[in-house]
Amino acid sequence: MAKLTIPEIELMHSGHSGCPGCGAALAMRYVLKALGPETIVSIPACCWTVIATPFPTTALEVPMMDNPIEATGASISGLRAAADAMGLTGQTIVGFAGDGGTVDIGLQALSGMLERRTNAIYVMYDNEGYMNTGVQRSGSTPEGAWTTTTPIEGTSRGKLEPKKDIMAIVAAHNPAYAATLNVAFPEDFVRKVAHAKGLVGARFFHILAPCPPGWKYSSERTIELGRLATDSNVFPLYEFEGGKYKINRKIGRPKAVREYIEGQGRYAHLKPDEVEELQKQVDERWHRLLALEALA
Amino acid sequence: MTLVYGEKQLPPAPIATASSDTIQTASWRTFRPVIDLTKCTKCNICWKFCPDDAIGFDDRGYPVIRLGYCKGCGICAEECNPEAIEMIQEP
Amino acid sequence: MPKLVLSGNSAQSYAVKLARVQVVAAYPITPQTSIVEKIADFVSSGKLDAQYIKVESEHSALQASLSAAGLGARVYTATSSQGILLMHELLHWAAGARTPIIMGVANRGVAAPWTIETDHTDTIAQRDTGWIQYYAESNQEVLDTVLQAFRIAEDPSVRLPAMINEDAFFLTHTVEPVDVPEQELVDRFLPPRPDIGVLKIGRRNRLGSFCGPELYMEFRHQVARAMEAAKGVARDTEAEYARLTGRDHGGALPTYRTEDADAVLITMGTASTTARAVVDTMRADGRRVGFAKLRRFRPFPVDELRDLAASVDRIGVVDRSFTFGAMGAAATEVSAALYGSSHRPLVTDFVAGLGGRDLDPASVRSLFEVLLSASPPEVSWPGLKTGEEVTTHG
Repeated sequence: MAKLTIPEIELMHSGHSGCPGCGAALAMRYVLKALGPETIVSIPACCWTVIATPFPTTALEVPMMDNPIEATGASISGLRAAADAMGLTGQTIVGFAGDGGTVDIGLQALSGMLERRTNAIYVMYDNEGYMNTGVQRSGSTPEGAWTTTTPIEGTSRGKLEPKKDIMAIVAAHNPAYAATLNVAFPEDFVRKVAHAKGLVGARFFHILAPCPPGWKYSSERTIELGRLATDSNVFPLYEFEGGKYKINRKIGRPKAVREYIEGQGRYAHLKPDEVEELQKQVDERWHRLLALEALA
Repeated sequence: MTLVYGEKQLPPAPIATASSDTIQTASWRTFRPVIDLTKCTKCNICWKFCPDDAIGFDDRGYPVIRLGYCKGCGICAEECNPEAIEMIQEP
Repeated sequence: MPKLVLSGNSAQSYAVKLARVQVVAAYPITPQTSIVEKIADFVSSGKLDAQYIKVESEHSALQASLSAAGLGARVYTATSSQGILLMHELLHWAAGARTPIIMGVANRGVAAPWTIETDHTDTIAQRDTGWIQYYAESNQEVLDTVLQAFRIAEDPSVRLPAMINEDAFFLTHTVEPVDVPEQELVDRFLPPRPDIGVLKIGRRNRLGSFCGPELYMEFRHQVARAMEAAKGVARDTEAEYARLTGRDHGGALPTYRTEDADAVLITMGTASTTARAVVDTMRADGRRVGFAKLRRFRPFPVDELRDLAASVDRIGVVDRSFTFGAMGAAATEVSAALYGSSHRPLVTDFVAGLGGRDLDPASVRSLFEVLLSASPPEVSWPGLKTGEEVTTHG
């Protein structure tokens, strides 16, 4: 058997309620592999509230606390303070929140946690919408995407506004470390999380978690779509540490954005000129990221 | 066997402690993966990408689908490089 | 025991220090600020070894407190008015999750319009949340009750959060001599509780969880039973505290000269001091009046109230808040508690002192007069300026 490229340990149990092909389930699986058993996770109302299964079962082998949707940043601040007061300094404190609970309603608490330089890791798994409640748009839904609150009807052509750049918001707080992760690149994923584990201070991850029902694709394509997201520069893999940007993966010839979005039903309505527009935006953002990296 | 709970059996707070692996999610699937071991190179990619941790290894290092949990998402079949996994419709 | 001249806010801070609180998470709001400022002083000068989280909102203050208490730290926070309103969803959360957080609240009226003055609406509006509630009459009572509350809340048969409420400015910002117990005495009364955490480290467990109709009611019944258990635990705790300090604040509903009273006023917070003085004045005039202090609102002292009401014909309840579309909460609960009694006194609701309107001796005396009159109204807002008679200043 080939050598395993990610840790063998499993701290997430089978039998969980994630949809078939759930990117968020993979995200949790990889995060816990990298962090190990001395981890305490706080989870807001989101898909993972339900994925973790109802009382009396739990899908995590590590201790888990539920918190209301907007309060993850505050919850991990409290857990860290208690752990420190109680002498449990070896525990890694993690918040594991969805995009809605982070970029929208959770932004204040995240900002507070970052500003206080709380010694904890905030993980945002991004399935690009309020998926647990049935696919409503969030601030993290990309421009042009269908959701139930940005329907394709009349003059409504999916979400009007661009996706909130949560990494830029986080970077503005000068965290100890921030990085994007993609479930389609598990080795890169696990390496960065393990790196963060060894650091002290506020750390943040933005994980792309493809969602079969919300993005409207057949479940077996979760990894393929994740890969295409990064390889088309829609979701670049990069780190932000010590004020410097470092891009982890650069493709000689990036895939066309069209390749990423075809096969996702949430984009099926887009006309060629709209796809062109998205391509332009992706290219602009990529060049901006390259420029940020060059500042180092 | 159904576990009958009343207030007397509850923990002192809303705390769940039983593992979710008592829940068999097999009934979710319409298709099941079947691995052709003659094509399998034991690369572990199927194990790596399973969102349900529903792939284990036998003592020869070959992947084994844990059919009690597999939801039939098809990621393993899709990602398998030598195309050793086929999704077969459940009867 | 040394006596220090302390405000009600400082009394909270000293109690927090004596209780060896481990985590404080608080956000400033008038008139609570000096509680957390003094705690910050204690922490930075090393007098209190605590983690102090300078949260960015009250909602985050209570979330941080809840998570910290869930893990097992002894936790304190403080707020007032708009702040506790913002915390509301988390008050429910904390009680349901059985986290024994202690919170000091400066009772202040709520917007709209804005007010910073005393009023009980802010905490009365939390009476459904499963928190134990005390309303203090004096700064001494604040300090003593905070210490008692830690022990009551942390008791294994209770495990519920508790709030100790003090009237804005009347207690928060006025000073009186306060006996501050020695640390050694408090350590004996309130030892560290390694078992108060709900979430356990190093094993599989999930605090919060979710469940359907088949078990949700049973979880909520647990909270109900815990709140009932708090009555006995409070009684034992306060008796122990009295034994150690010589101070007994009279339990949930201390009474004053009610044994042969024709009419009894029930008050909460600082109005009690005025009521006591008015009772003495009126008694000196041969009027048979008494008052009872509703010191603990949750759990509601049903038994003590029934005992009191057995020999009284008229009860006037002073509500420093109002539930629109119904009547004042204290009067409602008094009436409900006495509804099934074989002897049912007349109960009248005096809605008074909202937004800091002063309840001076003259106005309290007039409440007694109304209560003793031929037919006291069921609900009244005494002293309300209707504007029918216009007065000019100067």
